[in-house]
Amino acid sequence: MLEAIYLAGHGGQGTLSTGQLLALAAVKEGKCVSYVPHYGVEKRGGVSNCGVTVSDRQVSSPFVTEPTVLVAMNSLSLERYENAVVPGGLIITNSSLVEAKVSRTDVKAVPIRANDEAEALGDPLVANNIILGAVLELTGVVSIKTVEESLKEVLPPRHHHKIPVNLKALERGAQLAREYINPTGE
Amino acid sequence: MSKILMKGNEAIGEGAVRAGCRYFFGYPITPQSELTHFLAKRLPEVGGLYMQAESEVASINMVYGASCAGARVMTSSSGPGISLMQEGLSYLAGAELPSVVVNLMRGGPGLGNIAPSQADYFQATKGGGHGDYHLIVLAPNSVQELLDMTQTAFDLADKYRNPVMIMADGVMGQMMEPVELADQLEIKQVAKPWATTGTDYHEGRNLINSCYVIPEQMEDLNNRLEKKYADITRNEQQCEGYLLEDAEIVLVAFGMASRICRAVVEKARAGGIPAGLIRPITLWPFPMEFVSKVADKAKIFLAVELNMGQMMEDVKLAASGRAPVYHYGRLGGMIPDVREVLREVEKLYRGGVGQ
Repeated sequence: MLEAIYLAGHGGQGTLSTGQLLALAAVKEGKCVSYVPHYGVEKRGGVSNCGVTVSDRQVSSPFVTEPTVLVAMNSLSLERYENAVVPGGLIITNSSLVEAKVSRTDVKAVPIRANDEAEALGDPLVANNIILGAVLELTGVVSIKTVEESLKEVLPPRHHHKIPVNLKALERGAQLAREYINPTGE
Repeated sequence: MSKILMKGNEAIGEGAVRAGCRYFFGYPITPQSELTHFLAKRLPEVGGLYMQAESEVASINMVYGASCAGARVMTSSSGPGISLMQEGLSYLAGAELPSVVVNLMRGGPGLGNIAPSQADYFQATKGGGHGDYHLIVLAPNSVQELLDMTQTAFDLADKYRNPVMIMADGVMGQMMEPVELADQLEIKQVAKPWATTGTDYHEGRNLINSCYVIPEQMEDLNNRLEKKYADITRNEQQCEGYLLEDAEIVLVAFGMASRICRAVVEKARAGGIPAGLIRPITLWPFPMEFVSKVADKAKIFLAVELNMGQMMEDVKLAASGRAPVYHYGRLGGMIPDVREVLREVEKLYRGGVGQ
């Protein structure tokens, strides 16, 4: 098993915290993990990306240059990294902000309206975990249960009351991904 | 023993604390600021002292003072700050003061940028400060090693009364990987009868100095240092080999570049090219013996670095003309990706060796 997941967006969209949450969950499941952040010098609004490699074996290069999964939280990220994804890979776009369609035909493309869905759950800050829910559903890289345990560690106690809404976001994301792949529910 | 997810900068800090380091003097600079943040919080928890100095020049001289008093002490910085510390490093080497200095390298020269680089190899291994001296230079390549080697660094510093540098590219400070923390803290503090702890603690007067006005006396020190450096060169070369048994093209890379090259070697082998990897762990002393042995069998060396070809010169010295040494590097904070290094390997191999 090897998943090289590239999460790309701009500062404030939670790409780095999502990557760390995923990395921690993978450690808890006993997997080999590397997390490498990439961000600009801007305090706000700059590029904010990270690569998370999860594997059964020792991770050689921790840099995700040929992602098996790309999460594009905004249009620029899709434009920049769409071509890097391996054939047969997965691209999840945050279609609340990304209007363009994925042009590649040799990858699986799943649009998720993460910001709108987060609003509907009553907390715009959980958009990132709607997307993460979809990643988990489509890759099985770690279980939602382990991510739930990890949330308790990455969130400071003063934010623990936010765990339920984050869990709802993960489950909603998973559900949206299921429905998109299999619209008739068969 | 369970694994926890840790950031490289924190692993260095925790490694230092576990090695018994209780004094840190530093000045923040990206990409190592998280290390200073971490120690500002962690050192007071164990009764230690964290001090943000007014500059890097001040930090390295505070390190000099604390080391004189026998303490395990550390500072850290990145390229521009390490350049400011060079005078102090020369003084530490001259006064034979054990100390640990961390350089998380970034793009340069000049102010450069905050992206990862390995361009300070010459500065670290060939001097940097003035005079005839050597730092012991360690090059970890994972977060686990950042933790473990920081502990090793303190032991080596005390063993040889010499400054030790831990050198990694900036991204290693910020990356996160699982780390195993040993349950039992084992601190190997050695006696330092030379330290200036006051006459209540040692017989007579201890003097620590690097000023020898009379050339004969200076040369005595130089001779002693030369002997010490020869001992270190004999005893402390560390290196790792990967798939070298039948390797015809041998990549040589340290730190993060060695992780990329490991993937390159696997892909090259999958494509039928007998590639192998040498990964120097100590950059000074450079693992001359290991590389030299490999040069008896290998047909081509390819040094892969995040610089213009600095370690390559040491690979050439070790190979002594028995095999050609090529270089592939990315500069300015750019990271070579596996595909481009693989193309280089294919080009070199198909261009000669594999015929």
